Amino acid sequence: MTQFDDLKSRADERWRELVAGNRPWIRIGAAMCGHSAGALDVVDAVRAEVESGAIDANVDTVGCIGLCYAEPLVDVLKPGGSRVFFQRVSPDDVSRIVGGYLRDGAVDAEHALGYLGDEPVDGLDDMSALPGIRLQERIALRNAGHVAPDDVYQYIANGGYAGLSRALADMEPSGVIDEMKASGLRGRGGAGFPTGLKWSFMVGSPGPRKYILCNCEEGDPGAYNDKGILESDPYTLLEGMTLAGYATGATNGFVFIRHGHDGPISSTENAIEQAYEAGLLGPDILGSGFGFDIEVSLTGESYVAGEETALMESVEGKRSMPRFKPPFPAAFGVWGKPSTINNVKSLSYAPEIVARGGDWFKGVGRESCTGTVIACLSGDVKHPGMYEVPMGMSLGQVVEELGGGTPSGRPVKMVQLGGPLGHILDDSYLEYGLDFDEMREHGAMLGSGGIIVGDADRCAVDMARVLVAFCQYESCGKCFPCRLGMSHLLELIAGVAAGDATPDQLKLMESIGGTMEAASLCFHGQLGFNPLRSAIVNFPDDFSAHLEEKRCPSGGCDEPLNMPTNMRPFAEEYRAVTMTAPGAV
Amino acid sequence: MSSDELRERTRTALASQKRPTITVLSSLLAAHDELGYLPDEAVEEVAAYTDASINEVWGVATFYTNFRFTPPAANAVEVCWGPTCHLTGAPAIVSGLLEDLGLSGEGDTEDGRVSFKYNTCLGACSQAPVISVNHRLHGRVSAGDARDRVAGLSANGHR
Repeated sequence: MTQFDDLKSRADERWRELVAGNRPWIRIGAAMCGHSAGALDVVDAVRAEVESGAIDANVDTVGCIGLCYAEPLVDVLKPGGSRVFFQRVSPDDVSRIVGGYLRDGAVDAEHALGYLGDEPVDGLDDMSALPGIRLQERIALRNAGHVAPDDVYQYIANGGYAGLSRALADMEPSGVIDEMKASGLRGRGGAGFPTGLKWSFMVGSPGPRKYILCNCEEGDPGAYNDKGILESDPYTLLEGMTLAGYATGATNGFVFIRHGHDGPISSTENAIEQAYEAGLLGPDILGSGFGFDIEVSLTGESYVAGEETALMESVEGKRSMPRFKPPFPAAFGVWGKPSTINNVKSLSYAPEIVARGGDWFKGVGRESCTGTVIACLSGDVKHPGMYEVPMGMSLGQVVEELGGGTPSGRPVKMVQLGGPLGHILDDSYLEYGLDFDEMREHGAMLGSGGIIVGDADRCAVDMARVLVAFCQYESCGKCFPCRLGMSHLLELIAGVAAGDATPDQLKLMESIGGTMEAASLCFHGQLGFNPLRSAIVNFPDDFSAHLEEKRCPSGGCDEPLNMPTNMRPFAEEYRAVTMTAPGAV
Repeated sequence: MSSDELRERTRTALASQKRPTITVLSSLLAAHDELGYLPDEAVEEVAAYTDASINEVWGVATFYTNFRFTPPAANAVEVCWGPTCHLTGAPAIVSGLLEDLGLSGEGDTEDGRVSFKYNTCLGACSQAPVISVNHRLHGRVSAGDARDRVAGLSANGHR
C-alpha cells in the first residue's frame, strides 16, 4: 500500500462517517460572504445547540457554494438523506429551524431554499434546478461549500491529491507541463497568458532555489474569487502549487495574501499545517523523494502589490513598487532567484487537469479560451454570488439568469468588468461571451472575474469617479505619469460630477490618459484611464448632462465622494525625524 | 505605556513571528498587530531586528496604508468604498458615520471611542454595502444600521 493509498482509505472512511454515519451533518457557509451576512453568530448558535444536547450532529463551517445572496446558508444532511438548505438564517432561527427539521422533519417554508441529492424531500424544490447551481460548471470551486476547508481528509476523499499522487508516481515533470499546455489553460490573473508555457520558462533556470509565487493579493474591488478559493478549498491551491513546483523544479512556494483578510489567511495556514502533517508538503512528499515547502507571505494594504514584480518586492519586505522588466521573473525573481507567479485560480485548476488530463479540460469552455470563468457578481442584481461558469457564457446570461436581473426591475444600464483598470460597459456588451479574446475584440477586458451591475437609475459619471479615485489612491507613486496623471484625472472627473467642468476638459482627460498609457511603468498607469475613457465613450448622455446641463440625471453624483486622502508615499512629515534619529543612514 | 514597555512588547512580537521568512514588512506587521500602531520605538526595534536602517523601515511603514502611527481608539470601524459598495449606499453610510463621530475623514474620535478608516474592498462585494466593526464584517447595511451599530460601541472597546 502506498503512502497515498493509506491517506485515501483513511479519508474515505472519514467521509463515509460524515455522509452516511449515525449523526446528521450540519454545514454552515462561513466564507466572507457568509461572515458578512452574520454566519459567525449562526455557527456559534448551532454549536451551542449541540453542546446543550438539543441537537446531535457533526458541525462544520464550509466555504461558498456560490449562492452568496442566500447566506447565511445552513445545510443539514440527515444520514442517508438529501442535503436540505436553509437560507438567510439568523442565530435566533437556529433552534426552531434546524432543531425542528432534525427532530420531526418540519421544514420552515420561509427559510428553506431546497434540497440537493437523490432523495426528494417533501415540500421542497430540487436546488439543482436553480440557475445558480444548474449553470455552474465547477472545477476550481468543485469542493467549495461541500467540504470543510480545515480538513485535508475531506479534500482527499473527494478526489484531492489524486493528481499530485499520479504526477509523482507516473509522470516526469515535463509530462506535467505537457498536460498543462494541452489543457490550454490561460492565466486567470487577467492577462490570459498560457500557464503551461509560463511554467516551462522556469524549467531551465538554474537552481537550487526556485520559487512558485501564488498571487492572492486580490485588491480588485468587485472580485473575491481568489479569497473565495482559499476560504472554501485551500488544498486545491496547495496541490496546484506543489504540482507547479514539481513541474518547474521549484523548491519553495509563497501564498501572497493581504494582511487583514483573516478568513483566507487562517484557512490557508491551517491547510499548510495539515498538509505537512499528512506528508503532502515537506522534504519527501508522499514518499516520492520530491520536496516542496509552502508558506504564507503577508503584504500590507497596497493594490499595486498584486503586480508581479511589485509582489516580489513585497515578499522581500520592501515597498511594493514594480520593477523594470526585463529581467523577467523566470530568470530573476524574488531575491534574484528564478520565480514563477500564478494567480490562485490558475493554480487551482492544475490538480484536476493533471488528474483528468489536459484534453478533458480543453473540452470545457471555448477552443481558444478553455475552462471556466469564476464570475463575482455584485451590484444591482437579485442574486449576487460567486459563480463558476464555462468560458464564453454571455455576460447577459450571467447577469440575467444567474443574477436574476435587477432588484428594481429596471433594465441593466452598465456593467463594470475587468476590475478598476477595466471598463464601464453599456448594455450592448451583454450579448458578448466572457472570454479573454472576445472581450478584447470589443475593447473590454475580462480581468479576474469581477462583474458589477448598475441599473437604469445609476450614473456612469458616478461609477467612473469612484474607479478613478481608487486608481489615484492606489497609485504606488513610483512613476510620474500615473502618480500625477491619476491625481489630475480625479480632479477633472470630480469637476464633472459636481457640474463645474466644461466640455473641452474631455480632451484634456484624453490627453492625460494617453500619456499615462504610453509612459507608465506598469499596468496600473497604463490601464488606469480605462474606466473613465470607457464611461465617456459608452455613456455620452450622462456626460453631457453634467457638462452642459450641470446636473446628474440619477442624483448619484449629488452625494460627495468620500475617500481617504493620505497619499502614498506620505513620508514627508517623518523625514525630518528619521534623518536625525540615532541609527539613521 | 512607557517607552521601555513598547520596546519590550515589540521585541517579543518580533521574536515570536511564526512564518519562516522574516522581513522588514513581516516584522512591521507583527509589531502593528501587537501594539495596534507603530510608535518610533517599534520602528527602531524593527530596524535593529532586521538589520535595516531606520529610514528603510519608515519607508516601508509609510507606504502601506494599513499602518498607523498613533495609538488606535477603542473600536475600529472601517467602511468599504469600493465601487459595488459605493453604488449600493456607501456614501450615505460614510457621511452618516462622519457626522455622528464628529470627523471629516479618516481619524479618531476625540473621546478615543472610535477609529474610522476607509477600506478599498473588504472582500464581500456580494453583500454590499459592507462595513467592518472590530474586524467583524457586516453586509447589506443601511446608513441607519451602520449608525446604530457604531453608536452602540462601548468607550472601553470590544476586548
